[in-house]
Amino acid sequence: MTEIWSYLAQQPLLWLTATLAAFLIGMALFRAAGQSPFANPSLIAMGLLAVLLAVTGTPFATYFEGAQFVHFLLGPATVCLALPLYDNLPKVRQAALPLLAALLVGAVTGIVAVLAIGKAFGLAPAILASMAPKSATAAVAIGVSEQLGGSPTLTAMMVMMTGLTGAMVATPLLNLLGIRDWRARGFAVGVAAHGFGTARAFQVHPTAGAFAGLGMGLNAMMTAILAPILLRLF
Amino acid sequence: MIAAFLIILACQLAGEVFSRTTGLPIPGPVLGMALMLLGLRLSPWLRQTVRPVAEGILRNLLLLFVPAGVGAAGHLVTLGANTLPVVLAVAGSTVLAIIAGALAFKAVAALSGLRPEEGP
Repeated sequence: MTEIWSYLAQQPLLWLTATLAAFLIGMALFRAAGQSPFANPSLIAMGLLAVLLAVTGTPFATYFEGAQFVHFLLGPATVCLALPLYDNLPKVRQAALPLLAALLVGAVTGIVAVLAIGKAFGLAPAILASMAPKSATAAVAIGVSEQLGGSPTLTAMMVMMTGLTGAMVATPLLNLLGIRDWRARGFAVGVAAHGFGTARAFQVHPTAGAFAGLGMGLNAMMTAILAPILLRLF
Repeated sequence: MIAAFLIILACQLAGEVFSRTTGLPIPGPVLGMALMLLGLRLSPWLRQTVRPVAEGILRNLLLLFVPAGVGAAGHLVTLGANTLPVVLAVAGSTVLAIIAGALAFKAVAALSGLRPEEGP
């Protein structure tokens, strides 16, 4: 038994299978919870796998040997966001001005707020630099963070935290605000919470998903420009 | 299906090459998305070929974040005493950014006379 385990634990097969299984459990619990945004299937899967890795004493690098096949698809998935965007192009053109306003205001608010709250708590400059680009998609956020003297590892974690927050709070928050327009709902989430927020938006409505994908893409660019400028104010 | 995957990967690859050679602060996949959008506008064949695969991938977008999330969970302990301030700053600013972005959209939509589109 231990022999089989020590063989399988080193193979990509085991952890790829575990990742898919954990996600399906997450989806089942999400449905059982009446599709509540707080029962996010990804969050459940992450929790299950983190516990499993800790219990079996498996290093993350070993886990990632298997999970990288899933992780790799993030890039192609981003390319695929062009399809819903294409389907919604007339709507995007009509709403160009409001979208531009939401992009600017959402991007600036995200960066300034995280820096202001972090500074108020007395966080060190290196942590502030790591937090500044956290609303952007991981590749951009990590690049900007390094350029500003932050830590790539910390930034990757904060990007994930941002995505989870956005995915969980967006629906109740936007309902509370009385924002009913799918374009506004999706776009604001994509700008504030990148691809993870976009994934949640697709779970709710295709138009929201399309606009979230657009928001994610545009804020990748916006963050790269704004984060270095705004960090200097703090 | 293979053709669709090839097109998607080729867009990403072209995006990566463009991003690296120009030093643009935009990641390769996002440039690949722009390139794909251009292709979809030009070619009905491309739309037909890519659609089933793209829709399949996008339906399962949430799965793709799981490995990175497991990695992030492992690093949570490294925050130590800074955990609570970081969580509050990151979560709080994300909430504020969603509110600000959505309200900005609503305000400018009203000013520019954009017809509202019903949601939930």
